[in-house]
Amino acid sequence: MRDNLITIKKLVTHYGERKILDGVDLNVKEGEIRVIMGGSGSGKSTLLWHIMGLYQATSGSISILGHDMDKLKFHEKHELLRKIGVSFQNGALFSSMTIGENVAFPLTEFTNLDENTIRIISRMKLEVVNLGGFQKLMPSQLSGGMIKRAALARAIVMDPKLLFFDEPSAGLDPVVASEIDDLILKLRDAMGMTMVVVTHELDSAFKIADKITVLDQGKILLTGTVEEVKNSNIQRVQDLLERRARNDTVDPEEYLKRLTQENYTIS
Amino acid sequence: MKSVIEKIGSSIVLVIERLGFAVRLFFDSFYWLFFGRKYKQKLRLAQVAEQVRVIGFDALPIVMALAFVVGVMLSIQLLYAFADFGAESQVLLAIAKSVTREFSPLIIGIIIAGRSGAALAAKIGSQVVSQEIDALRVMGVVPVRYLVLPPLLGLIISMPLLILIADFMAILGGAFFSVDTLDMSLMAYMNESFDVLAINDITQGLVKSIVFGIIIALVGATTGFNVTGGAEGVGKATTTAVVASIATIVVADMIFSYFLTQAL
Repeated sequence: MRDNLITIKKLVTHYGERKILDGVDLNVKEGEIRVIMGGSGSGKSTLLWHIMGLYQATSGSISILGHDMDKLKFHEKHELLRKIGVSFQNGALFSSMTIGENVAFPLTEFTNLDENTIRIISRMKLEVVNLGGFQKLMPSQLSGGMIKRAALARAIVMDPKLLFFDEPSAGLDPVVASEIDDLILKLRDAMGMTMVVVTHELDSAFKIADKITVLDQGKILLTGTVEEVKNSNIQRVQDLLERRARNDTVDPEEYLKRLTQENYTIS
Repeated sequence: MKSVIEKIGSSIVLVIERLGFAVRLFFDSFYWLFFGRKYKQKLRLAQVAEQVRVIGFDALPIVMALAFVVGVMLSIQLLYAFADFGAESQVLLAIAKSVTREFSPLIIGIIIAGRSGAALAAKIGSQVVSQEIDALRVMGVVPVRYLVLPPLLGLIISMPLLILIADFMAILGGAFFSVDTLDMSLMAYMNESFDVLAINDITQGLVKSIVFGIIIALVGATTGFNVTGGAEGVGKATTTAVVASIATIVVADMIFSYFLTQAL
């Protein structure tokens, strides 16, 4: 029986007044690739930010690698974060550094390795993501797909046990997106990493996922294998799969209020 | 009417909030300076040296040129004003004292606020916008230690050095214009200027310059971290950083002038 690396219980979060996540439960086992799927605004990225402890939840508990995030002291949290890799939607590479410096950054910050070793390790990681030889370029000189791969190299440079992806294939053409998917599978198989991938790309989700969690309006609709999700008869899940627009019924009173009331904010 | 009061109220709240943020940045920075090593958040000396180069060394030409011009300007005005009393010879004393105690810290503070304060706000602001700060945080790097402490130390080190050079250049500028009227040689003017200066005159300027350096770093970083609204927000933050740090410097200058003059 493999351990749960991530355990989330009844997570409720707010952004200002607006409730984003509403009682989310999530368990991710070691070595698993978990895809979190859902339309825009379903709260999937927010969930990722909370798992990494960047925001304060309203209620609920999050435990990562056996540590309860709420009970960790400031320094312990930072220590824990060093065991986690994150690949951002836009890459979030440091624009003032070269690709090589970006990838080497965690090593120069947190290890006492000498310059040569750091250079070799970071170049090896760049080779893993098929960016060998690109270390001298600046992030602004790379294409979207290359930036994502460079960000991935930076995320794995410390050999994390846990890797988070925010929209790995968003904004990429199908071929490049598929390459990134292959890379994700390769990393899991070669390094045994556990991954949480947030995406709204169906093809990519079905290709890489061990299990898929479908999120809608802050609630989990379903967690299951690819087959289970495909065969689900929940209407919202089918809408997502069929790319159908949401057919919410309009509440006339609420609608008028939205149009007319001053200072209206959605709750 | 209600909306006016509301606006005043909310802007006061905002100012207090930012002030608190800046004070916290200051204490956080020094916390990481002293305890960072213990938690693998150590400050890299190379980063500080780089900041001293960018903030101090790179600013040398403009600082030297403007300090010289300020010296010339002062001697023009003072020669004119003192001529009425026939007290031209006092120009030397007036320039030496006013430059070291007041003008070089203030002018250099304003120049560096425009140069480095704006740059710091723009740098941190654009990193906020492009999620680079989030990237630092999820890597386990404390952003204050990495982004604020080096420029803060860079300013604390560079400012007094720049002031010493500016003092010299401004007195030289004053000498340049007034030696003819005073019928002195340049060397004699310079020597006498240094003779009339007390240690207190120099230290007053140095103390002020360190305070101004801290103000520039904290205001720049505070506005940078609070950027919202994309590229336009970064532009606004840069402007705000310059205006706010210059305003704070001028007010702080007055307060320090009062107390330091009372004490000495």
